[in-house]
Amino acid sequence: MLLINCPYCGYRDESEFHYEGEAHIVRPSDPDALSDAEWGDYLFFRTNPKGWHKELWLHSAGCRQYFNAERNTVTYKFKSTYKIGESAPSGEAS
Amino acid sequence: MSHHENWPKAWRSPEPKKRYDAVIVGGGGHGLASAYYLAKEHGMTNIAVLEKGWLGGGNTGRNTTIVRSNYLWDEAAHLYEKSVKLWEGLSQELNYNVMFSQRGVYSLGHTLQDMRDIERRVNANRLNGVDSVVVSTEELSKRIPYLNTSADARYPILGASFQARGGTARHDAVAWGFARAADALGVDIIQNCEVTAIRRDQGRVTGLDTAKGYIETPKVGVVVAGNSSVLAEMAGLRLPLESHPLQAYVSEPIKPVLDTVVMSNAVHGYISQSDKGDLVIGAGIDRYNGYGQRGSYSVIEHTMEAILEMFPVFSRVRMNRQWGGIVDTCPDACPLISKTDVEGLYFNCGWGTGGFKATPGSGWVFAHTLANDQPHELNAAFAINRFISGALIDEHGAAGVAH
Ligand SMILES: Cc1cc2nc3c(=O)[nH]c(=O)nc-3n(C[C@H](O)[C@H](O)[C@H](O)COP(=O)(O)OP(=O)(O)OC[C@H]3O[C@@H](n4cnc5c(N)ncnc54)[C@H](O)[C@@H]3O)c2cc1C
Ligand SMILES: [Zn+2]
Repeated sequence: MLLINCPYCGYRDESEFHYEGEAHIVRPSDPDALSDAEWGDYLFFRTNPKGWHKELWLHSAGCRQYFNAERNTVTYKFKSTYKIGESAPSGEAS
Repeated sequence: MSHHENWPKAWRSPEPKKRYDAVIVGGGGHGLASAYYLAKEHGMTNIAVLEKGWLGGGNTGRNTTIVRSNYLWDEAAHLYEKSVKLWEGLSQELNYNVMFSQRGVYSLGHTLQDMRDIERRVNANRLNGVDSVVVSTEELSKRIPYLNTSADARYPILGASFQARGGTARHDAVAWGFARAADALGVDIIQNCEVTAIRRDQGRVTGLDTAKGYIETPKVGVVVAGNSSVLAEMAGLRLPLESHPLQAYVSEPIKPVLDTVVMSNAVHGYISQSDKGDLVIGAGIDRYNGYGQRGSYSVIEHTMEAILEMFPVFSRVRMNRQWGGIVDTCPDACPLISKTDVEGLYFNCGWGTGGFKATPGSGWVFAHTLANDQPHELNAAFAINRFISGALIDEHGAAGVAH
């Protein structure tokens, strides 16, 4: 069982959370201006790294807030969790 | 008689040559099948399969071996049905017993909407020549005596779909059988040979850096399941995939109690019994991305709850082993069997939670795609660019609980 540090509630069991995929994906402000390839990339294509990843999580059975996390997809270890709008504490590009 | 010593080697394991006409990356069932059909159907015998670990050590040797073809949409039904047809002759074809057992597959319905979906899918299957029938609860209780068909169940069973030609197979045997048959046609099978870079020149593949040195080749077929995004990045490509752990479980061996496959999307679990007697169980992916080949305890608990909802009689059975594989899930629950923007580079991936059943058919169409530099009509719809055109093939209903 992973222990996840919700930025609002502190450490809680993994089963209280929902994984919401890659973080920092910004919805294009003018979709009509995009090519099909750019729109398809926004909707469907993902980074999917083996190693450190920036992810969106939802504390669904707790405070119901979305937040971001830096987590390693091989060891499953969390480096940090941070609120939406903040940048990752490690400062590495996403 | 030599008391099981001095068995001949099933394949040669040579040192890699400097150059091949094509290289398959990934020695799982799909990669080995691709190599076999390249040699057998397209006469390409100067080829190699490079595997970073051992043959079948990925999802091929970790899955719960369910085979069926009752998918909803024409494209998927035709692709998986091609595969079931190949399964039906595979032990003969490879001269290797893959223990394909057509014990039938039931998919349970627990709500009126489940039953409407089941009837729609069964009708679609029959129009596509895929055997499929709707089964009533009374029939189910006769056919699967220990299934809890009581109306008092928490999620009462209202019926099921049944594909009689579905079933199970022995997963290791599939890898070994394809490997031995490919080797006999001259294919070099090279284990402990991780690919670390894909070299390109002016948009064309030129070769691969590997743990055993540089190998020159104009054609590369990547068939690495959960590691597909990692290989894509080596060629500067992005794929519409995410990698997730998917777990499986087997119990202690018990006497024969279940002679078919039972799955439920709604309760969310599936079960069969192996010839050794152990119950073979699976359910859903761990929701987070992961490459760790293990999953979380909460998923184990959820899976066991689902199995006991269907089969309360198994509550005292002890589980023996549990493990995880890394599945490459695609947004429409269908594979990518495709050319790429790099000339000579092909990907066969995105099979996610349900590609074992497709092993022979996947290799067959991928071999055609590599040999002819264009897809076969069976896999033309499964190109990567469907995620740009929008022509998705939504099989989330038929893919259902991961199998
Ligand atoms: C727990 C579980 C249960 C499942 N149950 C079912 C089921 O019941 N029915 C069904 O149809 N499907 C099922 N599946 C899905 C099925 O297992 C897969 O879709 C299928 O086996 C994929 O085969 P493959 O040959 O493409 O991949 P794999 O067998 O994973 O082979 C890929 C190979 O590539 C190698 N590789 C990776 N990176 C490199 C590199 N850089 N260089 C060289 N080699 C590399 C890996 O070591 C691996 O051996 C299940 C999967 C899991 C994990
Ligand atoms: Zn919280």
